[in-house]
Amino acid sequence: MNIVVLIKQVPDTWSERKLSDGDKTLDRASSDAVLDEINERAVEEALKIKEAGGAEVTILTAGPDRATDAIRKALSMGADKAVHVNDDAIHGSDAIATAKVLAKAIGTVGDVDLVLAGNEATDGRSGAMAGMLGELLGWPSLTHANELTVENGTAKAKRETDEGTSDLEASLPAVVSVGEKINEPRYPSFKGIMAAKKKPVTTLGIADLGLDASEVGLAGSLVQVDSFAPRPPKSGGQKVEDEGDGGAKIAEFLVGQKLI
Amino acid sequence: MAEVLVLVDHVDGEIKKNTYEMLTAARRIGEPSAVVVGTPGTATKLAEGLAAHGAEKIYVAESDDTVNYLSTPQVDVLAALVERVSPPAVLIPAGADGREVAGRLAVRTNSGWLNDLVDIDGERAGTHSIFGGAFTVQSRATTDTAIVSWRSGSLEVEENAAAGTQETVEVPATDAAKSAKVSNRAPIVGGDRPELTEASVVVAGGRGVGSADNFNVVEGLADSLHAAVGASRAAVDSGYYPNQFQVGQTGKTVSPQLYIALGISGAIQHRAGMQTSKTIVAVNKDPEAPIFEIADFGIVGDLFSVAPQLTEEVGKRA
Ligand SMILES: Cc1cc2nc3c(=O)[nH]c(=O)nc-3n(C[C@H](O)[C@H](O)[C@H](O)COP(=O)(O)OP(=O)(O)OC[C@H]3O[C@@H](n4cnc5c(N)ncnc54)[C@H](O)[C@@H]3O)c2cc1C
Ligand SMILES: Cc1cc2nc3c(=O)[nH]c(=O)nc-3n(C[C@H](O)[C@H](O)[C@H](O)COP(=O)(O)OP(=O)(O)OC[C@H]3O[C@@H](n4cnc5c(N)ncnc54)[C@H](O)[C@@H]3O)c2cc1C
Repeated sequence: MNIVVLIKQVPDTWSERKLSDGDKTLDRASSDAVLDEINERAVEEALKIKEAGGAEVTILTAGPDRATDAIRKALSMGADKAVHVNDDAIHGSDAIATAKVLAKAIGTVGDVDLVLAGNEATDGRSGAMAGMLGELLGWPSLTHANELTVENGTAKAKRETDEGTSDLEASLPAVVSVGEKINEPRYPSFKGIMAAKKKPVTTLGIADLGLDASEVGLAGSLVQVDSFAPRPPKSGGQKVEDEGDGGAKIAEFLVGQKLI
Repeated sequence: MAEVLVLVDHVDGEIKKNTYEMLTAARRIGEPSAVVVGTPGTATKLAEGLAAHGAEKIYVAESDDTVNYLSTPQVDVLAALVERVSPPAVLIPAGADGREVAGRLAVRTNSGWLNDLVDIDGERAGTHSIFGGAFTVQSRATTDTAIVSWRSGSLEVEENAAAGTQETVEVPATDAAKSAKVSNRAPIVGGDRPELTEASVVVAGGRGVGSADNFNVVEGLADSLHAAVGASRAAVDSGYYPNQFQVGQTGKTVSPQLYIALGISGAIQHRAGMQTSKTIVAVNKDPEAPIFEIADFGIVGDLFSVAPQLTEEVGKRA
């Protein structure tokens, strides 16, 4: 089994996230960058399949130089190798342009049986990459999986979203996106961290993928950001110690605000 | 006038309010056409509501396949209509299912995708609220058709009597090799409380609530205020309250008139889902809890004495 796991390095949700004034894209320099938590779960799921029945697990990311940190983390968890698509031309890509890059990059890995992604990135929050890739590759997509089994050329998943639950089934090759409840990702072991340093990472530019600069990045995107504005910061209001009348005090406040 | 397509959000023969918001927004751009994708007989139940809220046309795409495959039937139907009527915009609900339909449709039709819009004007300039409301972003699609994912609860619904002329369209046969088969569908049906993203008051509980049973304190206050109930991820992870009520970065984004946080510390990821609420009230034992930094009114105290007292006070005034 040949598995590709899509990972994304994102601004740490614990830090302040910003957009850059110049080209109105994500300001990746202003905050700490981490491997998105949901992608650790996607890696974990791939490793479970590998441990159960054997598989080669390839990590794939499209991102700038420092995305190598996220790649190393995924490799130290136990993935076998990685493909890093790194090209200035990709900067500022919209969701469709990103999907095109990832679809081409998956093609470089060989006969892929399964692609695993997160259901939603914490920065872009498109929540649709798996479906978009399925569309481009002509493969079924099984999304928001909170349980996954892959056997005999078939993937089965339990899907869970805010809208409800259902069972999914499709033949391989397929794209699967994982939900928050699918598993608890392992911590990289010391041995894993040492081993990761020697694992192969292939770096590709868009020319290697047969793409032209006009198809990706700000140039190739079909949406354009015109302007943005930070929201004025909200400051705290009154804070009072409960002296047995806390509930009544809130009620008074709400009456004052005409909320009750 | 150009037709603007709106994918109707429905469950169990009922239209979700989000659909009316989208019809209201669509009218600014052109003539709204509702698209109903569902099992045979669905559109009959929905037609009246759609016409009353501005749908000049209703495209009826009905087949049993629509519930047997994941998102492909919706994408197929909308892609055929985009081809046929060249709409300036297609509005689709921004829930998990809808975003998948939107992303795939954008790929299929090579159209720009404006994700999670809270507003759009007649010139198709969209407004997003990102990073939990920390930034407002204006964007537009550079393509003839813009695929729009619409965040529920962003707009006042307007009634607008329209023709609601029904036209049957085909649901193309689904290619089983390219689609996930769906079985055992169990939609979450809203209880008696208002829907979280649409409610004007939300009462949310965190790890401080301590157990699933104790959540009746949160529910009691919510019911006195006709509010929806929300929960922090810690409360959901601990099994106190179901997943679909999670508010925050990886849960729902809410922006009610009033948000009451009980036993929630106010981690940045929780704030990302509620800090645009108009008024925030917090109850927490810990005077240093970060939730107080954004609360308009905070009580440092035990939620188990404060919340029931507040419920009683609200009851007296009802
Ligand atoms: C605040 C913000 C708003 C945006 N709004 C829009 C918009 O309205 N329309 C639009 O077209 N684009 C938009 N974008 C751009 C879009 O988010 C990026 O193109 C992004 O790379 C793809 O979408 P996502 O990360 O949101 O994907 P999601 O679908 O949320 O990500 C799901 C999974 O896909 C995989 N994945 C995503 N990106 C990569 C990657 N680069 N490398 C490897 N795996 C990946 C990961 O497994 C991830 O967990 C926005 C970006 C930001 C930061
Ligand atoms: C990638 C990522 C995504 C995340 N997404 C989300 C998300 O969507 N939503 C979310 O909520 N979190 C999210 N989190 C988790 C977030 O970081 C916090 O862990 C979480 O919000 C904490 O929940 P809490 O406030 O209920 O619990 P805690 O932080 O444990 O706070 C409990 C609070 O209750 C108070 N308390 C205890 N007993 C009482 C009492 N009797 N009366 C009054 N107060 C009491 C305590 O003083 C404390 O402040 C995410 C984290 C990451 C890394």
